[in-house]
Amino acid sequence: MKRTEVPDVLVVGGGPAGMAAAIVASEYGAKVRIVDENAWLGGQLVKQTHKFFGSARHYAGSRGIDICARLVKEAEERDVEVMLDSPVVGVFDGLVIVAERQERLAAMRPGCTILATGAGENAIAFPGWTLPGVMTAGAAQTFVNVHRIRIGHRAVVAGSGNVGLIVAYQLEQVGINVAAIVEAMPSIGGWGVHAAKVRKLGIPILTGHTIAEARGTEHVESVTIQRVDKAFRPVSGTEEILEADIVCLAVGMNSRTRLAEMAGCTLMHVPALGGKVPVHSAGMETSIPGFFVAGDISGIEEASTAIEEGRLAGLSAARTLEAVSGVEYEERRSAYIEALAELRSGPFGLARREAKEEVVKSHERRYA
Amino acid sequence: MTQLRRSGVLGEAELSCCPGVPGAERLAGGACAVMECSEEIPCNPCEADCPRGAICIGRDVTSRPTLDAKQCVGCGICVPRCPGLAIFVVDLSRDDGDRVTIPYEFLPLPKAGDPVQGLDREGARTCNAKVLSVNAGAQNDRTAAVTLWVPKGFGMRVRFFKREPKGVPHGATG
Amino acid sequence: MSNAGRTRIREHPVLGPLAEAPECTIIVDSQPLTARVGEPVLAALLANGIHVVRRSEKRNEPRGLFCGIGLCTDCMVTVNGLPNTRSCVTLVEPGMVIGTRKVEP
Repeated sequence: MKRTEVPDVLVVGGGPAGMAAAIVASEYGAKVRIVDENAWLGGQLVKQTHKFFGSARHYAGSRGIDICARLVKEAEERDVEVMLDSPVVGVFDGLVIVAERQERLAAMRPGCTILATGAGENAIAFPGWTLPGVMTAGAAQTFVNVHRIRIGHRAVVAGSGNVGLIVAYQLEQVGINVAAIVEAMPSIGGWGVHAAKVRKLGIPILTGHTIAEARGTEHVESVTIQRVDKAFRPVSGTEEILEADIVCLAVGMNSRTRLAEMAGCTLMHVPALGGKVPVHSAGMETSIPGFFVAGDISGIEEASTAIEEGRLAGLSAARTLEAVSGVEYEERRSAYIEALAELRSGPFGLARREAKEEVVKSHERRYA
Repeated sequence: MTQLRRSGVLGEAELSCCPGVPGAERLAGGACAVMECSEEIPCNPCEADCPRGAICIGRDVTSRPTLDAKQCVGCGICVPRCPGLAIFVVDLSRDDGDRVTIPYEFLPLPKAGDPVQGLDREGARTCNAKVLSVNAGAQNDRTAAVTLWVPKGFGMRVRFFKREPKGVPHGATG
Repeated sequence: MSNAGRTRIREHPVLGPLAEAPECTIIVDSQPLTARVGEPVLAALLANGIHVVRRSEKRNEPRGLFCGIGLCTDCMVTVNGLPNTRSCVTLVEPGMVIGTRKVEP
C-alpha cells in the first residue's frame, strides 16, 4: 500500500492488541495501517522476558518477547503497513492527524479506526520521589530488558500486583538485589506463583507497608518504609530505613484514552478496570460507529486479553467494511468472546469480568 | 486468607490440598512431579506436554492442575514448562538423600558437582546441597532444570539454592 | 555513582549476550562519551554513570529516568541545540551534542 493511500482500517498502537487487530482485519482483505509512536512494534511485549500464562491460543508458555516477534512477523506477512515514530496527535470527527516520523503532519480519514494505545503507569508521591533512582516499574523493565542497562544495585519495589512481583524477579535476574516489596494492602495483590517465585529468592513482601521517604542528595541512597494501619495511615514509630538506590513504583496503570476523548467517545469510570475507559460493545465498538478500542485502553488487563480484544476489534472493523459474511462473523465473534470469558474466569478474573459486562451493558443501553 | 495470599509462601495445609502435589506414599516410591500450583488462574501449558498424560487441567483453564501420580514417572519435562516456575520433581525414595529438580533462570548456571546452599520457600538457607545435573537444553526455552542432592527430609522443603561461597549472589553477571 | 564497567548488561539469562552495535562518540556537557548508535540518549547517559539529566526549574533539584517511555517529560535534555527533548525516546546518533543543564552547552 502506498503511503498516500487511505487505509480501510487504521490501527493506533502496535502492541499486542493493535497487531492482533491488524492481522485479523487484513485476513478479510482490508488495507490496514498501524501507526505507533515508538521506533518499533510490540508495545509492552518487547520487554516481557517471562513465559506467559493463558492457553495455547494466547501462546501460553512462550515468552512475551517471542510472542511479540511472532505477531510482528504475521503482520508483515499480511502486508500490514506500519508507520513507526508516528504518534497520532489528533482525532477530529473521523479525521486522524498523525505526526509522520515526527516530521510532518498527515491527515487521513480511514474507513475504520481502532485505538489500541494501551496504558500508562500510576505513581505515588512521597518526599524524595523526584530523585533520580525513583521510577516506575515499567521504566525499570524497559531499561533493563530493552536497553540492557543495570540501573542500580539495590531496589525497593512499591506494589505487589503481578507487575511489581514480575519486575522484582527480573531485576534479580540481572543482579539487582531487591531489598523488599512493600504493599499497602494486608495481602499480596498478584498471583501466588509470582509471589512464591520472589519469596524463594529471599525477597521479603511486606504487606501493610508503604514508602515514607526516599533520601539522597543527587540520587536515591536510602528508602524509609513504614507500616500503615487498616485505614492506610502511616503508623509513626514503625519507620525502617533500607539501603537502596532504586525505587520501582508498581502501583497500577491507567488507560491512555486521550484520543478516544478527543474523538468524542463516551467514557465511564470503572475502578476495577483502572479508571476511565471508553464505553464499548461486546464487539469492541465505542459510542462512535466505526471507532473501536482494544487492549489496555479499554481496561487494564493482560496481554492475552489484549490479543483477543484486538482480534475482536479487527473482526468488527472488517464487518463494518462488509468484508466478512454474517455467518462467519457470528462464529468468530462468539469464539473470541468465549476466549475472553475464559481469561476472565476464576477468582482473579471476577472483578474484571463483571466490570466488562457493565461496560458492554452501558453501550447496549445507549448505542445499540 | 491463605498463607500464600498473606505472605507468598505456601503453607503445609495448602500444599497438601494441591491436586498437583502427590501424597507421601507416592513420593517415597520414586521421582515424581510436585506441582505447587494452588490458585485458579487461567493457565494450562503443563497439561499438553506431559508424555504420559499425567497432568489434567481440562476444559476450564483456570482449574488447578491435577497430577495422576501413578502415571507420573518424574521425567521432568513439565518443570521448565510452567510459566509460574511452580513445578518441581522430587525423589524421596533413596537412602543417601533426597533429590529435587528446580526450574532456574539465572546466570551463571551451576555445574554438576557444585556445592550449594538449599533455600526453602522463604528463601532461607536450610541445608547444604549439591548440584547433580543441569538440563539447559534448547527445548526448555531458557529455563534450566537443576537437579540437587539434598539431605534426607529436605526434598519437600528445598525450592531454590544459593551457590557457595556465601555472598556470591545469583544473577551476578558481566 | 555506578561502576560504568558493570552498567551494561552483557549477559542475560533469557535475552542472551548483548548484541554487537556500532559505538560512537557523543558530547555531553562538553565531554566526549562513548555510546551505542541507536540506543536512547538516556541509556547512553546511564551507561556512562550520569543519572542526573536535568535540574528542576524552581528548586534546581536533580531529575532523571522516571517513566522510561516518553510520557512524563522528566528526562528532558537539550539535543543538538533543541531543548526539551525526551532523552528516553531520542536515539543516539554519532556526534550528537547533549546538554543536561538549563543552559545549552
